[in-house]
Amino acid sequence: MKSIITGKAFVLGTNIDTDQIIPAEHLVYSMEDPEEAKKYGHFALSGVPLSEAGLPQGQTPFISGDRTESDFSIIVASSNFGCGSSREHAPYALMKAGAKAIIALSYARIFYRNAVDGGFVVPIESSEDLSLSVQTGDLLEIDLHSMHLKNISSGRAWQLKELGSVLPIVEAGGIFEYARKTGMIPAAEPSEA
Amino acid sequence: MGMTITEKILAKAGERDSVSPGENIWLNVDTLMTHDVCGPPTVQIWANEFGKKAKIWDKKKLVIFPDHYIFTENSHARRNVDILRDFAAKYELPNFYDVGSERYKGVCHVALAEEGYNLPGTVLIGTDSHTCTSGAFGLFSTGVGNTDAAFILGTGRIWEKVPESMKFIFEGTMPPYLTAKDLILRILGDISTDGATYRAMEFAGSTIRAMEMEERMTLCNMAIEAGGMNGIIEADEVTAAYLREKSDAPYTVYRSDEDALYHSVRNYDTASIEPTVAKPHSPDNMDTVRNVQRTKLTKCYIGSCTGGKLYDFVAAARIIRGKEVKVPTFIVPSTTTVMKDLSETMIGGQSVKQILLDAGCSIAPPSCAACLGGPADTFGRSQDRDVVISTTNRNFPGRMGSKQADVYLASPLTVAASAVSGVITDPRDLL
Repeated sequence: MKSIITGKAFVLGTNIDTDQIIPAEHLVYSMEDPEEAKKYGHFALSGVPLSEAGLPQGQTPFISGDRTESDFSIIVASSNFGCGSSREHAPYALMKAGAKAIIALSYARIFYRNAVDGGFVVPIESSEDLSLSVQTGDLLEIDLHSMHLKNISSGRAWQLKELGSVLPIVEAGGIFEYARKTGMIPAAEPSEA
Repeated sequence: MGMTITEKILAKAGERDSVSPGENIWLNVDTLMTHDVCGPPTVQIWANEFGKKAKIWDKKKLVIFPDHYIFTENSHARRNVDILRDFAAKYELPNFYDVGSERYKGVCHVALAEEGYNLPGTVLIGTDSHTCTSGAFGLFSTGVGNTDAAFILGTGRIWEKVPESMKFIFEGTMPPYLTAKDLILRILGDISTDGATYRAMEFAGSTIRAMEMEERMTLCNMAIEAGGMNGIIEADEVTAAYLREKSDAPYTVYRSDEDALYHSVRNYDTASIEPTVAKPHSPDNMDTVRNVQRTKLTKCYIGSCTGGKLYDFVAAARIIRGKEVKVPTFIVPSTTTVMKDLSETMIGGQSVKQILLDAGCSIAPPSCAACLGGPADTFGRSQDRDVVISTTNRNFPGRMGSKQADVYLASPLTVAASAVSGVITDPRDLL
């Protein structure tokens, strides 16, 4: 696991549900075919009403035009990020769009599990609502060892919450890697399928 | 110290004498359920991760219901059902309910109950957030993503953090103008969309004991809307009577101990609750129907795992009978069994289906349909600035299709009263 994550912030509000992260009509694309899977990046966060996208100003799409990757790689949100459906396509879409980490006051359980067990993005909890003090476009630096967050643009800094019991899974890169590392399941051999 | 029903089931599934909230434990899974949206990527992850050694841990415990995007011309959606069909054929899966076959059921959470998979005391995991519905039968059920499901598919195991339990006690007779939907919308308003995050929601009290299974399912179904890990109701004679018709598999009934420890206990006097709605754009944006009555509507919708069971349509037909709907009203029975029952259930000499058709409602074949928007050609999907009242479960922006639409969530009684009035209407005015 890389211990330092640096990137531009994309700020969102509260209750960003999975239909806003990846609208249900797009759940039909293959996650296996590399070209088709890029659509998940293209449609990431496309369900967020434009007035709420890229706070505090809003009116900032996460993905511009025909692109499949975002200029923003750290999502900062208020409480209950990822509520709604169980679709793993949600953290997957954020990863495909280039997101590396999310910093939110709290997460819905299934989204949090999916982000960790699938090894897609690192979901980090903040102790205060950083969606009120970080602006979209700010350059952030997260140290995953010290859980220290620096806002390079504003000069402010915060201590984030520890990853706790999921840290070994995050470090391994997902639940399968963790299970192989700890001997729960045997090492994979190439599939015939 | 005593344990809650959720803790007892998790202890058994974790091969432990006892468990405490906050502990991470590995569970043996009794049933894994998936559908057409999350099934194909689950199978792909399983094949990739286990490679040549990929084996299904127990075919009898795997249940697949295609239900989300069924009646659509969208080629990508149809491909997903084809992938499941090929997978089921290759591994000779006994529990695949294929589209176009006599076995086709429709919405997975209602189908699980009808096909006898909801056995008290078991652990049921599904790739759908509303898997918590099955907890109405006194079992532990929760939703997961594709990776966790793929891990279960190969190993039969999953890790879970033992949740704290919240208890919701409803006492008294249910008034004729209320349904379980009003009770759960009230709870959501009281505790908000993250009020039960990572917790069990246990429902109890004389009102619950008097409810039939479909209504208990509605309560547990929306536990996820409060962030709950699971919803659960102790199995009783009503549960046993339902199961006798569906399954002869043995099961174990667990009950919470008197001295079990709860995160919190909330007591409700059922008769004091009013017909309730969730206003746009969140399931916890609670209000009484009275406070929003006369809001002009463009669509009404009755369907989904939450509000598309026989009980919901009978409730709606009681109000709609002999009247005409004033706005387009979309009816989607959750399963083929519910569809059949609409024709066979009579009110005043007319079938429920005939009552709905005579009133001008449109009826579509069973699937999840517009509850989650779906492909552009989905029946009942919201368009532009639609104002919809619906028996479904979520009203975040864009959930039913259009990001600009306003969606109100309500009971089938309130939706029916609103459909025949063209504006949001309290069912007490028409009952």
